[in-house]
Amino acid sequence: MALRGNLRDFTITQLLNLINLANKTGTLVVQGPSETAEVTFREGKLAYAQISQEDSSLAYVLHKAKKLSTYQYKSIQQHGSKISDKELGLLLINAGYLTQEDILTNLQQHFTDIIQRLFTWVEGFFHFENDNRPPEERISVRLDLENLIIEGSRQMREWEQLQEEIPSLDMVLRFTDRPGTNLKNINLNVEEWRVVSFINPRNTIRQIASATKMNDLEIRRIIYGLLQAGLVETGRPAGVKPTAPSVRVFPTEDKEEQKSLINRLITRIRSL
Amino acid sequence: MQTVKMVVTGPFNAGKTAFIRSVSEIDVVSTERSVSSAVEKSVKDATTVAMDFGRITVDDDLVLYLFGTPGQRRFDFMWEILSEGMLGFIVMVDSTRPETFREARSILETFHAYAPTPYVVAANKQDMKDAWDIGDMRHVLRLDPKVKLLSCIATDQDSVKTILLELLYSILAEMENGEG
Repeated sequence: MALRGNLRDFTITQLLNLINLANKTGTLVVQGPSETAEVTFREGKLAYAQISQEDSSLAYVLHKAKKLSTYQYKSIQQHGSKISDKELGLLLINAGYLTQEDILTNLQQHFTDIIQRLFTWVEGFFHFENDNRPPEERISVRLDLENLIIEGSRQMREWEQLQEEIPSLDMVLRFTDRPGTNLKNINLNVEEWRVVSFINPRNTIRQIASATKMNDLEIRRIIYGLLQAGLVETGRPAGVKPTAPSVRVFPTEDKEEQKSLINRLITRIRSL
Repeated sequence: MQTVKMVVTGPFNAGKTAFIRSVSEIDVVSTERSVSSAVEKSVKDATTVAMDFGRITVDDDLVLYLFGTPGQRRFDFMWEILSEGMLGFIVMVDSTRPETFREARSILETFHAYAPTPYVVAANKQDMKDAWDIGDMRHVLRLDPKVKLLSCIATDQDSVKTILLELLYSILAEMENGEG
């Protein structure tokens, strides 16, 4: 079934986690704003990755890692265009120029670099093509995703911490009543001033974000700074009442009668 | 006459109104208004703004009410009111709209905070070709293995019955565990 969506809703880290947990085999195609990435997995492990319009040949990878000189790289490009990566790898190993470990390590680093780039993509669409394999002529690896997920998680941590500090954008902001605080003496940047200009017990954070054309992350960053500086405090929007005392779930306090009631419900639903 | 209630919640256009309609013995009292947001308008024209209300008479002495929450987030001030005194709740998720999964998770957490009653998650529209696999949905919704995530077609009465029964079984199990 479909595994497709938008990076705004699912981060690369979440997708890697899903692929890892579900031991998926196939290719994750991510269409970013200006380029497309194809990352292939085998049984939940990274096998291959490439960015469209970029050279992903073994020769390029080894040149980038300074294992091949520019002259050697160009020479391979000119004369060895019909040689597959697997053949090139064997030639280099047999010639004693590189070891198998050298080749695999550099490919793993190259694929990891691509994933690191993907972590910075926040806009774009993705879909997963089940059972798709890496291109036949390329060398694939078998890299556990856990470390990559941890790295991606670090980058997500800021976002999550901000969400924790400011869980709801439906709260309003008020200036704290602190004698001696003079807003004019505080150094705020342009974005912060824009937010401050909308602070009012009638405006929710969400409304301020909309008015200042900021996304959730941007508004949270600014408000977090203002909260930490003690300039503002959050509150419920005007007119929203505090939680009412809970009411009874069952019409009876007797446990046996409660169970009987549930069993009567079950019988009735079954009979529909 | 004794009354009990269950709440059907979930993001905009998850299928809450259809779910209640499938089993209610009365025409669902639905408070629908034109959708204001352009993005949401592209999905459907009208949405529930206050609540849906359905009824199942059990016997002469007992009635089950089903309340559907408003789908749009700006009406979430109603959620707390609707969650008061519920036996349990059902979180509807549109399996074909992954962009709503995060909101579904957030709604689930909000309702669970309001009232820690049993709940089940219904993966609606599983009959559609774009529907996400149940296993994948469990991962992205970050559901504990103990939480029931059930395949659902809100327009199909048998499917809706299964969801309601699973919730009732969970309620019964919790009552029995509570005694143990």
